[in-house]
Amino acid sequence: MEALALLAQEADKAAAAASSAGFAYGLAAIGPGIGIGYLVGKSVEAMARQPEAAGMVRTTMFLGIAFTEALALIGFVVFILIGL
Amino acid sequence: MVLALEFPPINEILRWRDLFPTFNKVALIAVAASLISIVIFLLAARKDGLKAPQGVRNLAETIVEFIEEQIIMPTMGRHGMGWTPFLLSLFLFIYLCNLPGIIPILYMPATARIAIPMFLALLVWVIFIGVGFKHQGPAYIKNSLFPPGVPGPLYILVAPIEFISTFLVRPFSLTVRLFANLLAGHILLVTFSLLTEELVQGDSLVLKPVGILPFFMLMFITAFEVLVGFLQAYIFTILAAVYIGGAAHPEH
Repeated sequence: MEALALLAQEADKAAAAASSAGFAYGLAAIGPGIGIGYLVGKSVEAMARQPEAAGMVRTTMFLGIAFTEALALIGFVVFILIGL
Repeated sequence: MVLALEFPPINEILRWRDLFPTFNKVALIAVAASLISIVIFLLAARKDGLKAPQGVRNLAETIVEFIEEQIIMPTMGRHGMGWTPFLLSLFLFIYLCNLPGIIPILYMPATARIAIPMFLALLVWVIFIGVGFKHQGPAYIKNSLFPPGVPGPLYILVAPIEFISTFLVRPFSLTVRLFANLLAGHILLVTFSLLTEELVQGDSLVLKPVGILPFFMLMFITAFEVLVGFLQAYIFTILAAVYIGGAAHPEH
């Protein structure tokens, strides 16, 4: 009986780890998702208004995406660390 | 597990037996990447520079022009041209390490193991700090911790934040961005190829045709990985250029 309870506890722990890993990644993806959408949308707007500045806007956009995306990627790394 | 899909443990999709002690496939890809980029430029340098560029030289000139026009000019301006060789080798090495992620038989981006991105990020870290000290002397620390135009008392807040974001977060985020992007792509490819295999080879006749769906997804992700491999190499290089340019000229 004791061993069975212990087993159930371990299984619960594994399930909790798996679902919290899922939550960690899901939560980490919200902010960067909104951020990248807003960033690219604004950049497209800028490029449409001023096509001659498109090259500069594109470079800056990629820089911005790189910084925003880093947050989501840290979430992904945490996801792997918890999930395993 | 859904559909009884057995996802292999992460070590199984990232590790190989050593080809010989201390040398495995990831190391092989990294060595091949540097050899290929060296050979391209050695071959290109042997061609006659006065004639119209052809073949290998054409390729090499396109890459150099891309680095100069797309990476150095927007970030460091004309006086950053001296950094072309370093940024060029950085870009080519990362790109050629990313590419095997979608090449059959290899199917492993060397940058999906943290050692290579971490080493490259530390290299960039050492270089931009070195450049800062070379161009500004010891004032580099002061200039980067106390940016001008902030009201006095706020420096209590700003200085630690600047310290963390410049000297700690930069190498960390460079590493994690490259590593996690490539690892995520690799895991996605594994997931969808496993799903396709399970569905097509499964017992259920109804589910066999459904296997075409993850297969299409697999093709789409493969095409997407071509883009990601290029984009991550580009972003890593352009961030290196921004950091070096910022350390050389604080006023911009």
